[in-house]
Amino acid sequence: MNRRKVLAGSIAALALLASACTGTGGSAEGADAEAPADPSEVKGSLTVLTHRTDLVQDGTMKKYAAEFNRTYPGVKVEFDALTDYEGEVKIRMNTEDYGDVLMIPAVIEKKDYPKFFASLGGEAERSAKYRFTDYSTVDGKVYGQSPLGVVPGFVYNKRVWSEAGVTDWPTTPAEFLDDLKAIGSRTDAVPYYTNFKDMWPLTQWTNVNGSVGCDPAATTELAEGDPWAEGADLRVADTLLYDIVRGGLAEKDPTTTNWEASKPKLARGEIATMWLGSWAVVQMRDAAKRAGTDPADIGLMPFPAQKDGAFCAVTSPDYQQAVNVHSDNKAAARAWIDWFTDESGYAGANLALSPLKDAPLPEVLKPYEEAGVKLLDLDDAKGAEVKSLDNRSEVGIYKPDYRQDLVDLARGARKGDLDGFLGDLTKRWAEARKSLEP
Amino acid sequence: MADTTRKAARPVLPAAPAGPQRAPAPRGARLSRRLTPWLFLIAPLALLLTFTYAPIANMVAYSFTDWDGVSPELTYTGIGNYTELLTRSELFEVFFVSGYYLAASVVQIVAALYFATVLSFDVRFRNFFKGVLFFPYLINGVAIGFVFLYFFQDGGTLDSVLGLFGVETDHAWLGTPFSANTSLAGVSVWRHLGLNFVLFLGAIQSVPGELYEAAEIDGASRWQQFRHIIAPGIRPVLSLSVILSVSGSLSVFEIPYIMTGGATGTETFVIQTVKLAFQFNKTGLASAAAVVLLLIVLAVTWVQRRIVPDEKVDLV
Repeated sequence: MNRRKVLAGSIAALALLASACTGTGGSAEGADAEAPADPSEVKGSLTVLTHRTDLVQDGTMKKYAAEFNRTYPGVKVEFDALTDYEGEVKIRMNTEDYGDVLMIPAVIEKKDYPKFFASLGGEAERSAKYRFTDYSTVDGKVYGQSPLGVVPGFVYNKRVWSEAGVTDWPTTPAEFLDDLKAIGSRTDAVPYYTNFKDMWPLTQWTNVNGSVGCDPAATTELAEGDPWAEGADLRVADTLLYDIVRGGLAEKDPTTTNWEASKPKLARGEIATMWLGSWAVVQMRDAAKRAGTDPADIGLMPFPAQKDGAFCAVTSPDYQQAVNVHSDNKAAARAWIDWFTDESGYAGANLALSPLKDAPLPEVLKPYEEAGVKLLDLDDAKGAEVKSLDNRSEVGIYKPDYRQDLVDLARGARKGDLDGFLGDLTKRWAEARKSLEP
Repeated sequence: MADTTRKAARPVLPAAPAGPQRAPAPRGARLSRRLTPWLFLIAPLALLLTFTYAPIANMVAYSFTDWDGVSPELTYTGIGNYTELLTRSELFEVFFVSGYYLAASVVQIVAALYFATVLSFDVRFRNFFKGVLFFPYLINGVAIGFVFLYFFQDGGTLDSVLGLFGVETDHAWLGTPFSANTSLAGVSVWRHLGLNFVLFLGAIQSVPGELYEAAEIDGASRWQQFRHIIAPGIRPVLSLSVILSVSGSLSVFEIPYIMTGGATGTETFVIQTVKLAFQFNKTGLASAAAVVLLLIVLAVTWVQRRIVPDEKVDLV
């Protein structure tokens, strides 16, 4: 009996100790990572945490490092590629040891950026040169920089679409549905593929936000308004997805889809369309080369909605690189980020939008340019608020769950109707906003 | 017991001056003798505390905070998480899904009992069949999830096998909540049958052989042998299996998580907890949910032990 008490006591002590431990960190808060004046003077070794395991394995990142060393000979760059990037980095960030340069994980709240990352400079100064600065701005200081930008869109097989007799991009959701129906009846292809099982492709639908209303303040509207109000961007997007599945225009069994297998299928024309983004075009073209079909068949089209006779497409950043606030080599780390953003050619190699404002559009987006698609840089001042609303309400506009439920609803595997479903989301969103108000 | 430890202690601690001829050892030696078992236990105890009790204590501590899993700041919220959990009834609706697995575990126990009984008698190829039945339990649960994903795919293994028998189905096996949960529970039975089977087989084989002989001489049928010798003989193991099945059904995780990720009404309590913690960053609430699940499992076990007390079995 006595011994048991001792054991219980020590467990309680451990619990206290453990909870005390989590309260540490943040001592270096507010540090700056200044760019070094003389490249040859910078010394030190860097650890770069990255989610691009593929580029580390095939040696591409090593080539970037070698190129970097031509300008900065004194810096040794090492890469730490993490397969489950979000999950692992999140846990490592409970300590001070999370590399010198890392991609800001999505889970970190914006207000905590100054506790984890060193500032790269003021918003006014950086936004003159770079895109996406406001995605990591806290109190006028910028904490991260995305090395590339992406533009959402429907990746489609041009051959299949033209076989069905469609050559022009649809301009309304109704027209888009008619085109999918034409593909369904005139070709053997699956008109639309949801990638339901792999979940994250469904979250891409949130990137529609901004494309319908063509409003740079679309993110602010999410934070302040009702995302599923009549005519709101997300409602238009979710309704289109619902109608696609409801009309039998999606794959037969969404529950066993396979992302990797969907790429060659799109390339071969067994799938006509998927809502993804410009970043996916490279992968689909690779798949086309491997499948022996024409990579030029893979195209990208904007969301079927026009404002004043023009399509709109939003640009959004990839993971943003940042400097660990606890790093001993902040100057070298800053040098790496600047070099990687400005000179590495990483964005070009990924056929993506350059983070530099004055850079020309990549080849993938040439059709957008020709068709006069307006590219919108969304104002992300309220981005953090939207994220915390999203978590508080457990709706998950950046998570797959509610769209999986939406697809189930459309298939008839879930009870209810669309209005009720979206109404419930509205209600939860409003309740969460109320609970977050001070 | 004390004697063996004393013997073991001697070569380890040469510093102890205790001579073999002196009966009452001096104080120092007695102390070191009492310490010795603990010295041996340091390594396992340290591991146990570090990897089992410290995380649990930590989890309990988090359940009283609003920690988001990564922020350096966390505030104490008292029993706020528990009140939220218990006032949101929709968080407990997922336990209906456990019903499928509970029903499946009845099938599983009955099937395991049947196979164990049959294979405890002298049947042809019995060792081969024992292997076949136990084998799935040795495979990693994640691998099973992936394999069965192909199995249930449209035009996958199940459809082709049914096609061989002339049954052409166009059924999406994971397509509706009922079908998906039944399919997943089926996978769970396939996987866990082996463990129950081996437990039962071991218990049945520990029943003395002469009892069967005596029963056979008295003209007892196989059913009567089962009813009056095997069933009472394996009762403790049977009740253990039931406890394991109930707690297992309440905390199903890997098979549905890998195969459907909780979509189409297959979300279990543990999947929901994981989503709260890692999707919505409510680590505090999720910790509270984990604590509540632990309490529920303990309560169910306790109730079951009260209803079916563990009596001593005496066959002979």
